[in-house]
Amino acid sequence: MDTYQLIILLLDATLRTSTPLILAALAGMFSERSGTINLALEGMMLGGAFSAAAVAFYVGSPWVGLLAAIATTIGLSLLHGFACITHKGNQVVSGMAINILMSGLTALVGIALFAQGGKTPALDKASRFQPITFPGAEAFRDVPVLGPIYSELLSGHNILVYVAFIAVPAAWWVMYRTRFGLRLRAVGENPGAVDTAGIGVVAMRYRAVICSGVLVGMSGAYLSTAQGASFLQDMTAGKGYIALAAMVFGKWRPFPALAACLLFGFLDAAATRLQGVVLPGIGEVPVQLVQALPYVLTVILLAGFIGRAIPPKALGRAYVKER
Amino acid sequence: MHQMHGAGETGAVQPAIELRGIDKRFGAVHANKEIDLKVDKGTIHGIVGENGAGKSTLMSILYGFYQADAGTIHVDGKLCEINGSEDAIAVGIGMVHQHFMLVETFSVLENVILGVEGGAVLRDGVEKAREELKRLEREYSLNIDPDAKVGDLSVGLQQRVEILKALYRGAEILILDEPTGVLTPQEADHLFRILDTLKEQGKTVVLITHKLREIMAATDNVSVMRQGEMVAHRKTAETSPEELSELMVGRKVLLRLEKGEANPADTVLNVDNLCVDNAQGVRKVKNATFNVRAGEIVGIAGVSGNGQSELLEALGGIRSASEGMVELNGQDITPGKGVDAAELRRRGVAHVPEDRHRMAMVTAFSAKEAAILGYEDDPAYQKGVLLDWHAISEATANMMSEFDVRPNNPDLKAANFSGGNQQKLVLAREIMRDPELLLVGQPTRGVDIGAIEFIHKRIVAMRDAGKAVLLVSVELDEIMSLADRILVMCDGAIIGEVAASEANERVLGLMMAGVDPNEAKAAEGQA
Repeated sequence: MDTYQLIILLLDATLRTSTPLILAALAGMFSERSGTINLALEGMMLGGAFSAAAVAFYVGSPWVGLLAAIATTIGLSLLHGFACITHKGNQVVSGMAINILMSGLTALVGIALFAQGGKTPALDKASRFQPITFPGAEAFRDVPVLGPIYSELLSGHNILVYVAFIAVPAAWWVMYRTRFGLRLRAVGENPGAVDTAGIGVVAMRYRAVICSGVLVGMSGAYLSTAQGASFLQDMTAGKGYIALAAMVFGKWRPFPALAACLLFGFLDAAATRLQGVVLPGIGEVPVQLVQALPYVLTVILLAGFIGRAIPPKALGRAYVKER
Repeated sequence: MHQMHGAGETGAVQPAIELRGIDKRFGAVHANKEIDLKVDKGTIHGIVGENGAGKSTLMSILYGFYQADAGTIHVDGKLCEINGSEDAIAVGIGMVHQHFMLVETFSVLENVILGVEGGAVLRDGVEKAREELKRLEREYSLNIDPDAKVGDLSVGLQQRVEILKALYRGAEILILDEPTGVLTPQEADHLFRILDTLKEQGKTVVLITHKLREIMAATDNVSVMRQGEMVAHRKTAETSPEELSELMVGRKVLLRLEKGEANPADTVLNVDNLCVDNAQGVRKVKNATFNVRAGEIVGIAGVSGNGQSELLEALGGIRSASEGMVELNGQDITPGKGVDAAELRRRGVAHVPEDRHRMAMVTAFSAKEAAILGYEDDPAYQKGVLLDWHAISEATANMMSEFDVRPNNPDLKAANFSGGNQQKLVLAREIMRDPELLLVGQPTRGVDIGAIEFIHKRIVAMRDAGKAVLLVSVELDEIMSLADRILVMCDGAIIGEVAASEANERVLGLMMAGVDPNEAKAAEGQA
């Protein structure tokens, strides 16, 4: 296989591996920009993945599965909000509690419903999101250089991949160009300013976590009904945390977060691709090393290479009117 | 009944605001007791009272931040139900809070339009808002760039953004809560000019403060609050600072501290070229050189955030020096090189930090635990490997009676004492060790007038006992009445020294704003 082909395939895989990260990172951004730490992304993604796979299996439609996933994650977001916003609980503890809860609950319900050791039954073609082939993709395939970009890299992904990439500029627009975004950012920086401007802080923060729920629900559904064909126990495997890291890495901004997700997605794709490959001078690359790279990178880069990431000022603090 | 004036006398004009029987409790604290208040249209109305008298609570009720338990609010003669800020805004009330309600990462424009964006998509409202802002700025000469990031603006300008916010929302009544606490005297003067302009335009201004000077200079009418009650209403022209302070405290107080001449002896503290960096590597104290002799009080004046805190913390051993040297009675005590706060305490340096709750005490501790913090390894407090609680209780009771800490109960939780009594306990802990050098920061912040008087007397007594005292305070009145020599800090550097006898607010204010001391004095000469 020539190098160009290899690069195209690697980038193609990158788009697929980074999609759930992008959706979840945007989800985290909506929540955290409003002042609520969302460590629960991991658990919500898992819950969304399970609901999508289970419902898609029964109904036979990935779309209904997607709606089920979003409903689940909105529910979990409201639970997180109820603990953190209404009752001013510790946001980290609430997030971790949801993660632990969902890890156990998805397996439990999975075993109870399907008796396949926590898995959901494999979905048939009609119950999954199918690749969308762009018009003329086959015809263009043999055009040198541009052909593979169009027909391999851009065409042939399922709808959720495109949604994720469109969601980034959309999130940017909402965040920076609308009234809702202005208020959302304000409530995460100084809720007092929002309150004295006559806007309800609690309602604003709930709306933000609901947005978060919608996005993370899509990322969960992607794992089990688009990228995969069933739910597997703990199938998120830390993707929620990676997405959170990408969001921090991107300084709570949509486009830099996208870049971080692509980088992590690329490393993931490369890890698969490099399995067993012997590199000159280095020998066989231990795949664990490549898999560990996103985490190592996060630590190193956050330690100062990207400049100080300044979180929203009121992040993690419930709003209490001062006396 | 309370003596009323204004609308009642003229009869024709409706008061802009009328509060009737406002009552508010926070748990056991009765913050507002049956408050009646009338504010005439087109006047500047001052509300004075000690900290904790209930002024801010009352205004927060008016602005809808809290809801009153009883009583009614009338705006322009109409009964209003104010259940939230949005209701207050709707009837034309605007508020400039003591702690600014601004989003620092936003531009001035974004801050102003927050809540009144004029459409779901920002673009629609922004251009209209920009025009309106320009008009308001011109009208009230506020001098603010609408695109500047609020976090980059000085405190004085941030305050003007708050005023702009209120005006943009169409406020006819503007409430300012302790607006000058963070300003230089010049910035404060500018603020009062702005308030005068507002008044000329027919707006009504309510000014909450505990500074009588400002009341006398800026207001038309004044109401006095004490312990949650409205105790008097006066026309400013017909009252005096003495009468007001008496009304505030409920008894006569000394406004000017009476103290004798200082008799400075040998140099106790010698600071040479000291530089201090913060955690981000920003130089906060730049080449500070000065000394403090036995038997004198040296005051450090400056607008909050100009390096005084870092200087004090370095001398107290909780920050390291980056450059320079500090000597105590000729011995090197440069902070950082094996010299920490504990070592300094052993050598006779007592430190009363600026922030009582964050650094000076643990409010969850009992008074006796708080009273031995930093000295807990004193042999007098030990019994074998255990603490001798009996001795500690006795020592604490002694401190409490010596410094008039009320209630005199060593077992009471520190948080349950008033600010003044907490501060007196901290001072007792430090002063009663009989230190060579007393470092004291903001000794009377959040402290009532009665306690201020007591604390000031004890600090002067330290001086008269031949000890060296370094005082850091942002209250110019405090610096001028206590210090024998005044150093002024601006942007981390000590930019000049003024003898207390030559000091006045104008000169100090100019120096605090960074004007060279000689120029400042010359400017004063011309004035």
